[in-house]
Amino acid sequence: MTDHHENDQVSNESSLEDAKRRRFLTGITAGFGAVGGAVAVTPFVLSMTPSERAKNAGAPVQYDFSRIENGQMVKVEWRGKPVVLLKRTPEMIAGLEKIEPSLADPTSLDSVQPVYAQNDARADAAKPEMLVMEGICTHLGCSPVEKLAIGPDPEMGEDSQGGFFCPCHGSKFDLSGRVYKNVPATSNMPVPPYKYDGDVITIGEDDGRTA
Amino acid sequence: MAIHRHDNHQSANAFMEWIDRRLPVTKVWNEHLAEYMAAKNLNFWYFFGSLAMLMLVIQILTGIFLTMHYKPDAELAFASVEYIMRDVPFGWLVRYMHSTGASAFFVIVYLHMFRGLIYGSHREPRELVWLIGCVIFVALMAEAFMGYLLPWGNMSYWGAQVIISLFDVIPYFGPILTEWIRGDFVISDATLNRFFAFHVILLPLILVFLVFLHLVALHQVGSNNPDGIDIYEHVDEDGKPLDGVAFHPYYVVKDLVGVCGFLIIYLGIVFFAPDFGGIFLEKDNFAPANPLQTPPDIVPLWYFTPYYSILRANTFNFFWIDAKVWGVVFMGLAIAVFFLLPWLDRSPVKSIRYRSAPFKLALVLFLIAFFVLGYLGMNSPTPARTLLAQVCSIIYFAFFILMPWFTSIGKTKPVPDRVTSDAH
Repeated sequence: MTDHHENDQVSNESSLEDAKRRRFLTGITAGFGAVGGAVAVTPFVLSMTPSERAKNAGAPVQYDFSRIENGQMVKVEWRGKPVVLLKRTPEMIAGLEKIEPSLADPTSLDSVQPVYAQNDARADAAKPEMLVMEGICTHLGCSPVEKLAIGPDPEMGEDSQGGFFCPCHGSKFDLSGRVYKNVPATSNMPVPPYKYDGDVITIGEDDGRTA
Repeated sequence: MAIHRHDNHQSANAFMEWIDRRLPVTKVWNEHLAEYMAAKNLNFWYFFGSLAMLMLVIQILTGIFLTMHYKPDAELAFASVEYIMRDVPFGWLVRYMHSTGASAFFVIVYLHMFRGLIYGSHREPRELVWLIGCVIFVALMAEAFMGYLLPWGNMSYWGAQVIISLFDVIPYFGPILTEWIRGDFVISDATLNRFFAFHVILLPLILVFLVFLHLVALHQVGSNNPDGIDIYEHVDEDGKPLDGVAFHPYYVVKDLVGVCGFLIIYLGIVFFAPDFGGIFLEKDNFAPANPLQTPPDIVPLWYFTPYYSILRANTFNFFWIDAKVWGVVFMGLAIAVFFLLPWLDRSPVKSIRYRSAPFKLALVLFLIAFFVLGYLGMNSPTPARTLLAQVCSIIYFAFFILMPWFTSIGKTKPVPDRVTSDAH
């Protein structure tokens, strides 16, 4: 009887030990399986990132802006995005200061632009009348409509100094692409890097200049 | 002759026996159709479940035929849709069935959800049926959104641009995630191609699987009824509910009547008003995608407009977080709250027939807010409209937030013991 009892205890202990080992081995196997699964998923996830061809499509574009009249605006395509080229009149430039109290980020601190365009005109000091800007609303990526006329406008408001109105969600920007207060967008429209070569502007390339 | 017929009968039985030992055809048929008991008083609101399944089948079938001619290529997509409309024999019919089908599908699904809401089909023990249904709703929205890019019209392009940009608000990961979804730095051929893959393979598979789960969960707990009572509380000696009737043939035939009524309306629109005044097919989408020009009035299709209104209603910065982020968060919450419905509803009764007055009032206000938001989402924002959208967004959320309160006050009517209906 005693012998028998001891045997039972021994087998109980060893089966407990077995169960522990089994749990450990199951855990290790499942862990390795999960790592293997993650590794197997990686190529599929990465296959959805931009391809080499898409990355190479970002070449700079050039535009001869001597064709643009005072107060006229054109849009050119750069990296699949609309870039606004606007030659502002002196009245338009004067309006930039008047509208400042209504703006959310008048000094462009929270906005994207090259150093040389971080000013009221958001433009290269060499040609402050020229606005070069990605025409993409910083809310959800629509292309705001130009409202170049100074004066009351149903969408821009009573004291409009001209600007851009986003038809999607009603965000408003001034003629420097600076965003108004209390609209869905919260930062100014981005300015891409650019440089002048006489009358030709190159968008997407500034040779790393800071002025 | 009699012997001959008897032999045939025998062999048919033997054949089914052979099958049934290997595949439970008869068992499944009986459990889910011939012996599946539903309350005998299901009314027209109960058409929309089977109609939603019919719509899924129509969309998959017409979709297969569309893929035979459609080209998922940014250079060719728009022209291939026009080719389907003009040159492919009956291509116009297949395409209009598919485009009208998308809207019809949402009409049916919204009515189906409303049925659940008024008769308490989301309540215990059907919480999982409701939750799986909510997942189906989200998957269906993804399916519709991706399908809408495929014609590569200008509204397709800018609609996708706006919705994908929603993910940009996620801190840190946002820009990486949107780039990954687009497969490019802007909406492009890569985006179109992958949306095609998701629209024709991934999401239909997910939807079919979810519908299967929805039905399995439903048949586990049994169908609700307009009285919101459990028919298994009164059973005969065989355990069959006294107020129940076998789904087949009774409800199969009744649902077929619903199908006929639905097809008359659906095909009427397909044949006579496929763009439905610019609501089912938007006018701006008859111009090819132009990355330089946002359409003057960008609006999503009607079934997204209530949520779209909530998105753009938010113009305030709370707690140092941008208005833009809040807009996206509230839009997400507007859909997510549906998942909580089974636990927000504390009423002692399920059906609208016995609900208290506060619930009925809240439901009416919610419906008005939902329709007004839907209307506002189809129109360009003005200060007055934005204010109205803000008021309606508050009502929308108040309906859910206050539900535990207004479902527990007021006097409910006594619930009958047995289902109430005139015998058919």
